[in-house]
Amino acid sequence: MSTETLSASSLSEKRRVSALGDGTLARVAKYTAVRLVTLFITVVIGVYLTILIANMGGYVDTIMRNEIKYEAAQAVLANPVSRNLPPEVREKLIRERIALEEKRLGLDQPFFIRSLRYLRNALTLNLGYAIFMNSDSGSRQVRLILLERLPATLLLTGTSELILFFSSVFLALSLSRKYGSFWDKLTIALSPTSSAPPWFYGIFFILIFAAVLKVLPFGGIVDVPPPRNPIDYGLSVLKHLILPASSVIVSSFFLSIYNWRTYFLIYSSEDYVEMARAKGLPSRDIERRYILRPTLPTIVTNFALLVISLWTGFTITETVFLWPGLGRTLYQAIGLYDTPVIVGSTIIYAYLLAITVFLLDFIYALIDPRVKIGGESPQ
Amino acid sequence: MMRLRGFLSELLRYPSAIVGGLVVFLLIAVAIYTLIKIPYREAIRLWRGGEEVWYQNPKYAPPAWLNLFSAKKQPVSFAVNSADGEMEKVITPIDQTLSTIELKYSFDFVYDEFPQDLILYFRSKFNEKSPFVSISWVTPDERSIRIADFGVSRSQTFRFSQDQKLQKRLKTEAVIPALFRAPDAEDPRPLKGTYQLLITATTFEPDTDLDAEFVLHGKLYGLAGTDQYRRDLSLALLWGTPVALAFGLLAALGTSLLTMVIAAVGTWYSGIVDELIQRITEINLVLPFLAILIMVGTFYSRSIWVILGVTILLSIFSGSIKTYRAIFLQLRESPYIEAARAYGASNARIILVYLIPRMIPLLIPSLVSSVPSYVFLEASLAVLGLGDPVLPTWGKVIESAFTDGALYRGLYYWVLEPAALLMVTGLGFAMLGFALDRIFNPRLRDIS
Repeated sequence: MSTETLSASSLSEKRRVSALGDGTLARVAKYTAVRLVTLFITVVIGVYLTILIANMGGYVDTIMRNEIKYEAAQAVLANPVSRNLPPEVREKLIRERIALEEKRLGLDQPFFIRSLRYLRNALTLNLGYAIFMNSDSGSRQVRLILLERLPATLLLTGTSELILFFSSVFLALSLSRKYGSFWDKLTIALSPTSSAPPWFYGIFFILIFAAVLKVLPFGGIVDVPPPRNPIDYGLSVLKHLILPASSVIVSSFFLSIYNWRTYFLIYSSEDYVEMARAKGLPSRDIERRYILRPTLPTIVTNFALLVISLWTGFTITETVFLWPGLGRTLYQAIGLYDTPVIVGSTIIYAYLLAITVFLLDFIYALIDPRVKIGGESPQ
Repeated sequence: MMRLRGFLSELLRYPSAIVGGLVVFLLIAVAIYTLIKIPYREAIRLWRGGEEVWYQNPKYAPPAWLNLFSAKKQPVSFAVNSADGEMEKVITPIDQTLSTIELKYSFDFVYDEFPQDLILYFRSKFNEKSPFVSISWVTPDERSIRIADFGVSRSQTFRFSQDQKLQKRLKTEAVIPALFRAPDAEDPRPLKGTYQLLITATTFEPDTDLDAEFVLHGKLYGLAGTDQYRRDLSLALLWGTPVALAFGLLAALGTSLLTMVIAAVGTWYSGIVDELIQRITEINLVLPFLAILIMVGTFYSRSIWVILGVTILLSIFSGSIKTYRAIFLQLRESPYIEAARAYGASNARIILVYLIPRMIPLLIPSLVSSVPSYVFLEASLAVLGLGDPVLPTWGKVIESAFTDGALYRGLYYWVLEPAALLMVTGLGFAMLGFALDRIFNPRLRDIS
């Protein structure tokens, strides 16, 4: 979390010095244009690299060509009409079939040209059709496959990340007020527990609550068969949500509190806070006006990055809990060499990230009077 | 030297540093021991071996020390071989050609459950006439049960539970309970006491030899237990240590050092080089890290060293480059750099000898603290089925336990052992890194 924050906030700190300087509007317009172009180029390169990797630099083509050859030969041989034809005719029939299928998948063009077409389609959010995967409703459209898994992922990531974020910020705020206390020391002592990822805690939770105590399910999103009654259905989903969500929360809970607490401590030792305290302001007011206010940009940055990260899901946690979310879909897509699905989920993430980084600049200017859009960066 | 001593005494003031350091030291010791005791090739041969390597062990056996914690004692597996002198062997010549070989083994059976099976593996040396063996079994209450009589070939296996003649003779298909239980007893538990296996062989040629290996497949095995292929898990747990340490340390070291060098080069040359590095960092932010690792694992190679390289490559241009850059920007203006430039030091000299060494105090804590995340990354990939194809690692043990449904079937040891080791490793490095951070960055110490 902390490294992401750093890079995103410094992304926005990379402000161009305006050559003109006359008129706020011109400055903001120029800054916006430059920023948009840089971010767009970043997204283009990032997505193109993903396309190259997801196609193994063209090697996936070879795999697909072989598959097509095999299937064409099988189809012709299995057909009782064509089976009795002379071999030369049959050979021709197979070759025609291969050519047709390769044309359909665009394999008749060189990989470089196709990769550019992939790129164009991805950038225009024309996600196209999956090669092997189906959505549960039977569609091959990447858009539908991803949309179908989105609610499950958002339910898991949303619940866990929001609880984690707000509880750690508020707990950290109260801890920063009485540092050195027992709870403060306990948090510091427990913060190394966050070196383990969520799925790791997931295993322990499954062991304790599903295998030994038998109170919660091992995995999945809903009982089998799913309850008919919508209320029972909702309750069943909630019951399945408890373990994966709490493993996500527990895995970063203490470190998150620790980081926020340290951050708040830096600000609560400022002179103006001491001054306010000396004046006898109630601690609630001090927190709100003198500590939360200057830390707001960081809190907002973290929150924005958190919102983007909701989209990606937790690949391994979802795999361990058999949660039908986007992370697991991406993993399955990779296993099936299904490039359109891989690229589709990458491009959406890249766009969301770029838009967030772009918007954050303006949000900073709104909430922090020291920041001026396109102004000289305070080095 | 003085500085080192001062540093050490300061380090000892932090309990977390002592615990963390001890854990790291122990792990390194175990790793070195493993590398010496079980060389790389041997480990791979054993781990990829099938029945021929692991026939002595039962499947899915929890570790033997579980008996310490349960009131109901489960039988522990063992294997003895007369060729290694573990069984009593008496050769009595009868005349010129005939002789008898007597193999005897007594053992105490003090468990509350029956073992899974008893197996005898015979190896004999003869020219034409095979020796004739008769096996008998003596229970603690002095009953002698005839097990089997047969002419033994050069290499032969005899499984007690599968022998149909023995089933008929004991009038039951459950041979093993019948051998361990008192006759007509209501109590469905094995009789405790000393059992004796007696093999008497008659040989018909002068230099005939016979050896037997007696294997008892109990319900527990060894220090770590076994998996679905009878493999001893302690091998994977031991070998997982050097693998995890190597992966974690190399990834952490490679990433932090390269990040630092790149940040230093960027700030020193500034201009287009700096700009390029910044842009690459932003592009790297867009790339899906885990997805790319999974793709590399699926499409290209699952070798742990390839994955390590890609991990380092993707982690170099991370957010920490910006942190280092900010500090280098300040350092660049300091007088000693000015002085170096004045005496005509080359760019490379300034970067490597003057800029980077100043950052080492900042580097060490972050390096140590980043080790756990890489150790867990390797395990995470293994859990997704992308572990190294040949090497036994902790993550691969968890993965095979998971795919085999260990948690559903109550085989908790199988998941808990590697998980505990991962946790200990992660905590050890995290605690040490935490303490180092406070020592090297005193600014943090004032407030926390």
